[in-house]
Amino acid sequence: MIGIVDYGMGNLHSVSKALERLNYDYFISEKQDELAKADGLILPGVGSFKDAMEILRKENLDKFLTNWASLGKPILGICLGMQLLFDKSEENGETTGLSLLKGKVRRFKGVTETGERYKVPHMGWNRLQFHQEHSLLDQVEEGHVYFVHSYVVQEMDKAELLASCDYDVIVPAVVGKNNVLGTQFHPEKSSSVGMKLLENFASMVTKEKEAKIHE
Amino acid sequence: MLAKRIIPCLDVKEGRVVKGIQFVNLRDAGDPVELAAFYDQQGADELVFLDISASHEGRETMVDVVEQVAGQLAIPFTVGGGINSLADMKRILRAGADKVSLNTAAVLRPELITEGADFFGSQCIVVAIDAKYDEALRSWRVFTHGGRKPTEWEVIAWAKEAVKRGAGEILLTSMDQDGEKKGFDLPLTKAVGEAVTVPVIASGGAGSKEDFDPVFKEAKADAALAASIFHYKETSVAEVKSFLKQKGVEVR
Repeated sequence: MIGIVDYGMGNLHSVSKALERLNYDYFISEKQDELAKADGLILPGVGSFKDAMEILRKENLDKFLTNWASLGKPILGICLGMQLLFDKSEENGETTGLSLLKGKVRRFKGVTETGERYKVPHMGWNRLQFHQEHSLLDQVEEGHVYFVHSYVVQEMDKAELLASCDYDVIVPAVVGKNNVLGTQFHPEKSSSVGMKLLENFASMVTKEKEAKIHE
Repeated sequence: MLAKRIIPCLDVKEGRVVKGIQFVNLRDAGDPVELAAFYDQQGADELVFLDISASHEGRETMVDVVEQVAGQLAIPFTVGGGINSLADMKRILRAGADKVSLNTAAVLRPELITEGADFFGSQCIVVAIDAKYDEALRSWRVFTHGGRKPTEWEVIAWAKEAVKRGAGEILLTSMDQDGEKKGFDLPLTKAVGEAVTVPVIASGGAGSKEDFDPVFKEAKADAALAASIFHYKETSVAEVKSFLKQKGVEVR
């Protein structure tokens, strides 16, 4: 069972509909005792990093999520949800994140090194480039996926970069360190490529559940 | 690099697609959910639903349609038409739309753009502009009420104002080219694209797959929208994309 973390910042509908289509069981909750019963978590998110962290802290969900990750249970952050997994962001003043992954979140500059303007947000379909093999990317096509974001993760650990795309800078698109995973794009809006990735996450969660039963 | 987006537009009235669309392989030609799935399979990068319902009941039906489409589609979709308040936006976005498109309501009360952007983020708020060339103005003028009413706004000034107020995207329709099938309005699209920092969707005038090449290369549009040429099967999304690929335009 996948728990979708509802902290008031996500487009929960599209993620939950995608899981429904894939035939995976899920529930949506903001309560720690309920979320604790899940085999895997999805942390969605649309909006500002600072607001999101403030809500997570207020509800003590930050500690819950760090603890969850330290137990080795799977968690997938999507868009802002992925950015929250990192050390800090400069959005609306520097804010500390969940620090499960190493890296900083910075705004796209909007101007290239040679002075050419480009559009921010990075909105639309961009092509993935895989950096390493991972069960999350198993049978996923190295195709286009749908992004909408103005901030980008920088200075991350290369060992944790699974896939990227190019938009003036190298944009970390899929990240992962053991059970802590994230996508900057919206898999639930990324057609067959995104749906396959979500399915892979769901089957990782199912394996986790089976492992738990065998313990 | 971002792929250029191809966006079919569906006019939905009282929960049904109108314009007499002629599809062979669909059970119900007027069902927006089935058409959405059809365009998705064809490789559409996004869909726009325009609610042209006249009645309150029709608008309520639209919320149901949005919910059903959200359950079927794994691509983004925008809903426009008749959105006049934050409450309207909430209803449509909670039903599962990814973006709302504001037109007349935004001109009448520009604060609406900011209210929407503050609540949902700029990425959710598209401002649709209907533009017509005006000799006296020596530029394009903004029209509202489905193109029936001229406003005081010059298009570039309004586009800039809309972005300043929080619009995340501009859906730009050329009234001069619309229905003419002679191609997109390249000067208009280019001028607006150069004036704003957000993506511009060019709309109005697509008559063949060839028209999609200059709108991206010359006019630098980020996306192109069309209705009748897709509905009447004069070309298909897949055909347009394979043509663009040959021409060296990045598409999905």
